[in-house]
Amino acid sequence: MKEERVVQQDEGPVIPGHCYHCGDACDQQPIQFDEKKFCCDGCKTVYSILKENDLCTYYDLDSNPGITLKSKNFEDKYAYLDSEEIMRIILDFLDGERAKATFFIPSIHCSSCIWLLENLYKLQTGVKTSRVNFSKKELQIDFNPALISLRQLVELLATLGYEPSISLEDQDKKVQKSENRGLFLRIGVAGFAFGNIMLLSFPEYFGFEGIQDGSIRWAISIINILLAIPVATYCSAYYYRSAWAGLRQGFINIDVPISLGILALFFRSLFEILSQTGPGYFDSLAGLLFFLLTGRWFQSYTYQGLSFERDYKSYFPLAVQRLQDGKIAPVTVRDLKKGDIIQLRNNEIIPADCRLLSKEAHIDYSFVTGESESQLRVQNDFIYAGGRQKGESIQLEVVKPVSQSYLTRLWNNEAFASDKDSRYQNLINTISKYFTIVVLTLALGGLAFWFTRDSGKAIQVFAAVLIVACPCALSMATPYTLGNTMRIFGRRGFYLKNAQVIEKLSLIQDIVFDKTGTITLSNESELRYEGDALRDEDAVALASLTANSIHPLSRRIAASFRDKYQPQPVESYEETVGKGLSGRVKGKEYRLGSATFTGVALPPGDGQSSMVFISIDGRPTGCFHIGNKYRDSLRNVVERLSSAYTLTLLTGDSGREEKNLRTIFPDGTAMKFDQKPEDKLLYIYNLQKEKQRRVLMVGDGLNDAGALSQSDAGISITEDISGFTPASDAILSAESFHQLPDFLSFTGLARKVIISSFIISFMYNIVGLSFALAGLLTPLVAAILMPLSSITVVAFATLSTNVLARQRKIL
Amino acid sequence: MNVIILLIIFSLIVAVVFLVAFFWAVRTGQYDDTYAPSVRILFDDDKKSKPEDKRDDNGRLQEGEKPNP
Repeated sequence: MKEERVVQQDEGPVIPGHCYHCGDACDQQPIQFDEKKFCCDGCKTVYSILKENDLCTYYDLDSNPGITLKSKNFEDKYAYLDSEEIMRIILDFLDGERAKATFFIPSIHCSSCIWLLENLYKLQTGVKTSRVNFSKKELQIDFNPALISLRQLVELLATLGYEPSISLEDQDKKVQKSENRGLFLRIGVAGFAFGNIMLLSFPEYFGFEGIQDGSIRWAISIINILLAIPVATYCSAYYYRSAWAGLRQGFINIDVPISLGILALFFRSLFEILSQTGPGYFDSLAGLLFFLLTGRWFQSYTYQGLSFERDYKSYFPLAVQRLQDGKIAPVTVRDLKKGDIIQLRNNEIIPADCRLLSKEAHIDYSFVTGESESQLRVQNDFIYAGGRQKGESIQLEVVKPVSQSYLTRLWNNEAFASDKDSRYQNLINTISKYFTIVVLTLALGGLAFWFTRDSGKAIQVFAAVLIVACPCALSMATPYTLGNTMRIFGRRGFYLKNAQVIEKLSLIQDIVFDKTGTITLSNESELRYEGDALRDEDAVALASLTANSIHPLSRRIAASFRDKYQPQPVESYEETVGKGLSGRVKGKEYRLGSATFTGVALPPGDGQSSMVFISIDGRPTGCFHIGNKYRDSLRNVVERLSSAYTLTLLTGDSGREEKNLRTIFPDGTAMKFDQKPEDKLLYIYNLQKEKQRRVLMVGDGLNDAGALSQSDAGISITEDISGFTPASDAILSAESFHQLPDFLSFTGLARKVIISSFIISFMYNIVGLSFALAGLLTPLVAAILMPLSSITVVAFATLSTNVLARQRKIL
Repeated sequence: MNVIILLIIFSLIVAVVFLVAFFWAVRTGQYDDTYAPSVRILFDDDKKSKPEDKRDDNGRLQEGEKPNP
């Protein structure tokens, strides 16, 4: 038995052709090691580290738990962590031989991750303890800085695939407590009171003989009062506060009738007990609060590991290498001054507006401006912050400090200052305005009617109407429907900031798309060859030639040849900046680059995608087209959305893709090119203000941040759910892009479910009100009616959303 | 019948003890992450290490002394 188990472990949960470590398909030559396949050296390294330290349990807990390490290379990336000043920013606590740090690690995703990260002490003696908070994706490490430096620690984590996210945001670290704690305590108190009061009220319900004994009844009543006081004060504080805040702003929200109901219940019961006229309704009161607070908790479900509030600060690095007095030392980005000289390596982000000192740089601005191709900059050019350097190290001179740079200025727009949620009047508050007026009219009518006949009863009826009309079921319809919808979406890779977003999405009329990264794949492009068929020897030559260049277009071409040919030596290789490259392979002269560089007369009408022309021995042979690659499901998604919404496309790119885009989007779709971030924001603002449209923005990068914030609802799309996304209302995983129409139409259904639940709860209210107005609302009727209505509504809301979701295949 | 009152008070005291325990659990953050503890409890301690393993000073397995399955 034992033997068998061990064998099974060693076989591992391997899918043939997939990496043992991360489970990715090994498309190229897999690396064989220890009779297992790995997709890259990184994965193999992690495996060997774990194997060496007897930590292979990692692979038993979850199949292929590792994080792919393809194209991860950090060399000196974390050198800045050696600086004392930066260490102090990151560490929570430092005292001689003890240090504590909390890292946000987006790649934490399964039980194996927890296991490995909590067993770090076996890998590194300097680590004392480490503990994972899975829902926040945080790792808390207690370590000895004398044995392992912060830099080594972070590098160890990064080597294992758990790269902590360290950004400028960490500098203003906020200690945030879980908001839910207060709510949990209140639910606890309400539940405690509910159960006990209910138990103590049983003799009363059933008219038990012993209760006639005055002293027992009195004692029970006193205990009930004591139990109910925290319910009516501590637990209900939310509702009083919200009702009061609403009234001060001059509108009646749902919390007004709830507060009235709570107060009526409490004081009526208190009066009945003290005047010895009845047992009161404390059980209903406690039950009401318990259900209300539970609903609140259900709705407040949040994705703690995701952030919906990010701005440029979490995109920018914390520190950068500065050249000073001939030495390179890290400095925090915030301390950069005008005139400082900084050095950036491949893939690092430019933190401030700069002037280029090196000869040339290829800057990838796709995330910042939406231009899909990287830009060539030459010496003395002005470079905006936010771009990513591709290729060799460059030196830059800072022109403006971070806070005044071109990119960060976008965040000064008032769209970021106003609270989006307060601009929006939700369904329940619209209804509650009328509801409250009707209830108050009925209560006063009842009071007037009974006043002439039986003045004592008149007060009772007045209170009874307020009690029974308390929109308990009504206010539960929304949280349960929306909370459940949110969970359903979450399982499909559509994460909402809060439940209100669903209501906003259901009211959308216009959808505005960004192009780069949103409807195109950000990390892939389409390569097409046109011209005379390439002979093998020519293809080899082109592969060898392009392998020498770091220009993004050359690299794209080189990548397409990589698996097929072995590079050959190139003679007299030459690269002309901004034009192209040339060289001799096996006696033939090859030139690749722009039309003029290769001596090609430009074919008419075809200027849509980037073109790289080829000439061999001075004879033009053909050209490569490098264009955007659109998401597979785009055509289908657009077709389905265009029947219900007006679509628009805004992009920071030039109009060269327009022809292609026109074939995908329906005729007459507005398309705007060369849009700056401010232009996008303004476009949406104008749609809202001039045409009175409710707009959904779908974007992905920092350049969309303004538009996402201005729109009625903003969705950011991301390939990597744990990566950076700009502040938005919802995050959509790229692989669920094809379901976007389903999600949007489902929000409309959710709205219908809420309305149906309202109708159910109104019916209960009518029954209850007729009891109340007739003066027949006994505590027993209230104790049955109120929980029953709540439970019906909760069951209806959750079940119907589940059923509808299943029908639409999103559950 | 007055003994009932006494019993009620005692039962309430017991209930309050649990309520206080709940308060303590919430306040110390035990409800902040509900996933990790559910997995953590299933982890075996040092599942594979056996007494015959030879380890060097750093606690690493020595070359060629890998545990036999």
